[in-house]
Amino acid sequence: MTTRIEPDGSRPAIRFDRVGQVFSGSDGGSVTALEDVSFTLRRHEFVAVIGPSGCGKSTLLRIIAGLVKPTGGQAEIYGLPVTGPREEVGIVFQQPTLLPWLNVRDNVTFPMKHKHGRVTPAEKQRAGELLAMVGLEDFATRRPNELSGGMQQRVGIARALLHDPDILLMDEPFSALDALTRDEMSFELLRIWTERPKTVLFITHSIPEALLLADRILVMSARPGRVREIIDVGLARPRSMETLSEPRFHEIANHIRAQVFRPAALA
Amino acid sequence: MKSPTISAPRSSGRRRWPDMGRALLKVLDRGAPLFASLLLLLIWELACRLFQVPAYLLPTPSAIVQGALAVALESWLGHIWATLRVSLQGYALAVAIGIPLAVALANSRLLSRTLYPQLVIIQSTPIVAVAPIIVVVLGAGDAPRVAITFLITFFPIVVSTVTGLLATPPAMLELSRSLGASRLREVKNIQLPFAVPYIFSALRISVTLAIIGAVVAEFVAAEDGLGFFIAFSTSFFKVPQAFAALGVLVTLSLALFQLVSLTQRLLFPWSLPDAEK
Ligand SMILES: Nc1ncnc2c1ncn2[C@@H]1O[C@H](COP(=O)(O)OP(=O)(O)OP(=O)(O)O)[C@@H](O)[C@H]1O
Ligand SMILES: [Mg+2]
Repeated sequence: MTTRIEPDGSRPAIRFDRVGQVFSGSDGGSVTALEDVSFTLRRHEFVAVIGPSGCGKSTLLRIIAGLVKPTGGQAEIYGLPVTGPREEVGIVFQQPTLLPWLNVRDNVTFPMKHKHGRVTPAEKQRAGELLAMVGLEDFATRRPNELSGGMQQRVGIARALLHDPDILLMDEPFSALDALTRDEMSFELLRIWTERPKTVLFITHSIPEALLLADRILVMSARPGRVREIIDVGLARPRSMETLSEPRFHEIANHIRAQVFRPAALA
Repeated sequence: MKSPTISAPRSSGRRRWPDMGRALLKVLDRGAPLFASLLLLLIWELACRLFQVPAYLLPTPSAIVQGALAVALESWLGHIWATLRVSLQGYALAVAIGIPLAVALANSRLLSRTLYPQLVIIQSTPIVAVAPIIVVVLGAGDAPRVAITFLITFFPIVVSTVTGLLATPPAMLELSRSLGASRLREVKNIQLPFAVPYIFSALRISVTLAIIGAVVAEFVAAEDGLGFFIAFSTSFFKVPQAFAALGVLVTLSLALFQLVSLTQRLLFPWSLPDAEK
């Protein structure tokens, strides 16, 4: 693990520079997951990524997380090429990835245990607070298999927030939640983000969710994944339920819908 | 047509019977393995008597009990201890070497490519045929017997543990890598716990194999142990007493098997399949 780098306001927090990713398939063929993706996230910017299934959104996240080395171009954090996982990054994976033998609280503190071999009382306490925040304080001593899919995903969110990361990568974190919890969690995330500003890369399939949360939306095209459009949301903050009824909200939503469903040939 | 007022008292009067029936069924269900064994013993006893099977071919259960009682308790305990001692030493050695070796094999392509074929060769060699050679090489005492037991128990532990380690969900390894933890912690905190169900299924099989290993070794060269006792008894046509020793071996095997299961239940309850929780 590289050492924690002091964030520098003048440099973009995240930069994708002509990133490409070609996977070789088990059948001998190859899949181009990403092609020539260039994009930057300013420090403390909230960017949502939207695109059809299989267009390479998770791959993009893996690349910036340092889990996959791109086959073309490069990814940078604070101006330095990503060579491996970094301390200042927190990740919420598409699957909950909880350890079945640990209870919910120990799952939240697992990153500390795993990295440093021990968990401080302060971290334990913070885990409790985060669990309360995601509405799971009564489940702290339960095992993951006693939780619903949505609850497990919320544990994953609490876990990613434990070390208060400067950069938060979230891969469809709310996809297993019902519509109501989803809105609630969205506002909760906005509250956290306002209180402790972070650079957020947020993958989603939900256009309203992206509009509610993000400063900008990266719309991707189907395989090979490319940047189709970058949309400035421009809705006033703080956002609330009222935001959902603003004319601009519907205007952009319809626009993105048309973009996502437009065949690539017409792009 | 029955009206509810008539049928109600009737059903409450009847309720006691189904209750008792259910209780009886429960007892039968619980004791099913025991009852089946007792029934089998009874059939065995009756069949032997009815067809007048000579005792040196197949003794009756009652003759076996008599044969067992004819042998002094100290003698029994001595043989049981000898077999148990060798089995457990060989087993412990197999666990102590097998699991770390499995971790190494699962984490190194080079090692698995070089060592795995050798292991398969060892496993494919009939240990019974090699046993006399091992005795010659290692001489008298426990050493050759422990070695033979080890060779028989070792392979399933390695194979099963490797399978379990490699079955760790890739998403979990990704989580581990994203945290930048050391490889050692990854093995300890993620891979090994995920392999626990596999390891225990191997430990259960291997503990019964350990008894087999000790007996094989005793057939080849020993002056005590249940295997030796069976070989000795049959050579003097004391068949009932050989059968008694066989019964002791089966009991020993079952007890160890249950002990391993119990250990898993106590130490790693989360690793049990949902149906067994
Ligand atoms: N490890 C891998 N090996 C081979 N191909 C892969 C691998 N990971 C992803 N791919 C391929 O890359 C493409 C993009 O995958 P990715 O998981 O990034 O999509 P996604 O946009 O996150 O989809 P979804 O919205 O369904 O989660 C897919 O076609 C997939 O088959
Ligand atoms: Mg994905």
